[in-house]
Amino acid sequence: MSNEVILLAHGSGGRLSHDLVERLFVRHFSNPALLQLNDSAILNLSDLQPLTSNLQLAFTTDSYVVSPLFFPGGDIGRLAVCGTVNDLSMSGATPLWLSAGFIIEEGLLLADLERIVVSMAATASQAGVQIVTGDTKVVDRGCADKLFINTAGVGFVPPGVQIAGNRAQPGDVLLLSGTIGDHGMTIMTQREGMTFESPLQSDCAALNGLVAALLGATGRDKVHVLRDPTRGGLATTLNEIAGASGVGIELVEAAIPIREAVRAACELLGLDPLYVANEGKLVAVVDREVAEQALGALRAHPLGADAAIIGRIGDEHPRRVVLHTPLGTRRVVDMLTGEQLPRIC
Amino acid sequence: MKHLDEFRDPALARALLARIQGRSTRPVRLMEFCGGHTHAILRYGLRTLLPPTLDLRSGPGCPVCVTSNADLDRAMALSRMPGLILTTFGDMLRVPGSTQSLQDAKAAGADVRIVYSTLDALQIARDHPARPVVFLGVGFETTAPTIAVAILQAQSEGLDNFSVLSLHKLTPPATRAILDAGEVALDGIIGPGHVTTIIGADAWEFLPAEYRVPVAIAGFEPVDILRAVADLVDMAEDGLPAVANSYARSVTRQGNSSALAVMDRVFGVCAADWRGLGVVPASGLSIRTDLARFDAACIFDLHPGPTREHKGCRCGDVLRGTVTPPECPLFDRACSPARPIGPCMVSAEGACAAHYQFGRDLP
Repeated sequence: MSNEVILLAHGSGGRLSHDLVERLFVRHFSNPALLQLNDSAILNLSDLQPLTSNLQLAFTTDSYVVSPLFFPGGDIGRLAVCGTVNDLSMSGATPLWLSAGFIIEEGLLLADLERIVVSMAATASQAGVQIVTGDTKVVDRGCADKLFINTAGVGFVPPGVQIAGNRAQPGDVLLLSGTIGDHGMTIMTQREGMTFESPLQSDCAALNGLVAALLGATGRDKVHVLRDPTRGGLATTLNEIAGASGVGIELVEAAIPIREAVRAACELLGLDPLYVANEGKLVAVVDREVAEQALGALRAHPLGADAAIIGRIGDEHPRRVVLHTPLGTRRVVDMLTGEQLPRIC
Repeated sequence: MKHLDEFRDPALARALLARIQGRSTRPVRLMEFCGGHTHAILRYGLRTLLPPTLDLRSGPGCPVCVTSNADLDRAMALSRMPGLILTTFGDMLRVPGSTQSLQDAKAAGADVRIVYSTLDALQIARDHPARPVVFLGVGFETTAPTIAVAILQAQSEGLDNFSVLSLHKLTPPATRAILDAGEVALDGIIGPGHVTTIIGADAWEFLPAEYRVPVAIAGFEPVDILRAVADLVDMAEDGLPAVANSYARSVTRQGNSSALAVMDRVFGVCAADWRGLGVVPASGLSIRTDLARFDAACIFDLHPGPTREHKGCRCGDVLRGTVTPPECPLFDRACSPARPIGPCMVSAEGACAAHYQFGRDLP
């Protein structure tokens, strides 16, 4: 199948569609719910956990568009699984089931699609989630950029967990699980064909294990906010938290972990790493009593080895993020308007 | 990061601040020519560290900002030509001209593509041999050499579908125009580091010689800028204006001779229309006539229609240093990065954008 490509007929609902579903999706994603192959996956809750009257379901969806489809550290499939697992995890939910919708441009290499599907299956398996339902559409050449993936996800919120963007309180401590800017700068330098001495790699990862470790160490009610700083980067995420909670965030520039290669790439292009996307990092706002336990739990996990306390929640500058620079000055870190673009001068 | 951390070193910065505080006895108004300097000054909060005797004004050093509406309208007209691919640096996309921005033109169907270097534009021309590919040449002496190289490359490859709309501008004549206008008294100028890397520090000798204004060429890190400010305060206090090279790791007296040679091969000097300064003689670069087949201004018949300026926008005054961004009545009211009215609020190097993003006072 090495040179085989996706044809419009693969999305027609006929024989080729059926073959594609059987040979690719069912084969790699295989699980009992998917194998029912009905119009909906029927999910059995009774064997998951004791049903209680206040059980809460978390439900989310996201669409994934990235060029190139394959990049150091991941691919669009891994991104589509991790992104939705992470959205569930940031609500404190335990992710369980995913759907996957594929919009494929006619002419995509079948081998590339299979590589992506295999990667999704492996990522889902590592994250302990199942892809239980899906859909495929094929559009004319030029009507999509190779492949778009939508995933939706369902998970359960354990009793006692109350994590939300509006729960940051003055006195809380702000933690970051690792270095910033790795994903965004990897994609940008790949697109521009730039290479560096120490190669950049996307941080794309499922964070549900890290969240479980954090909640286990701190107690479920001590973690107030969790967010993954994806598009718009750390600065945008912190502004969202400051706005939603009506608090000020005091951020210490020198404490924010960043890889040398990412810093160098940002300097070269005139970009601010605070606004560059991450796909495997989380920001946690926790009760100050448990700050050290939280930091220890993050650092003990492979995805949180570079975790750091990067600031605190205050009440001096409501709805503002204030950066304390190494020079001893302070400035507001605002949301960005539009995309960050390399400088001319 | 080597070669960078030392120029952000808090101890070095404190030593320079102490030197400035020790020397500064009277009010001194300095203009930072570059938008990149304005940005760094606000980003690192340097204004709050400097003594109150120092007044820093932004200058015209943002290539996107000084592009006039008339020139922007020509770019829009180009983008609307059927089949044409307009390539540009990203900053230009959102700048409003008389009636629309390139972003609006793109949404309406124009093929406008962001490139990171002129080499990308050449590649697009190679990939689309049947379509005209125009690069929107906006920038100072820093960018002009790379665009000159691209034109020579197109010539050697016979890439006849590639051309450049040259809106390049020269920085020393703009500085001269600001001083000649006499609207704002300046005690010193923080000279453009990247530009001077190309043109050489000697190009600024006219400032102390003819205007008795000291200039210090500065890099873009906090320590670079503080060193330039310290040098300027020394010269202003002593009454001994000169050209200080405070960015010696990059700037020489003569500049980059190969970059200057390639610029001279491709471009001739012409009058240019600057936002805020109007038409300044011998302040722009046009493509030489023997390379006219790569000159979009010669190839295409552009009729952009009448030019309109937005009422109330003070970008022109900001670029001359006569008002600071917060003094514009539109600043942070009608005009913000989300809904920019003037280019200084759009460009990453624009003074208004820098003040909006970093300079708003904390409550």
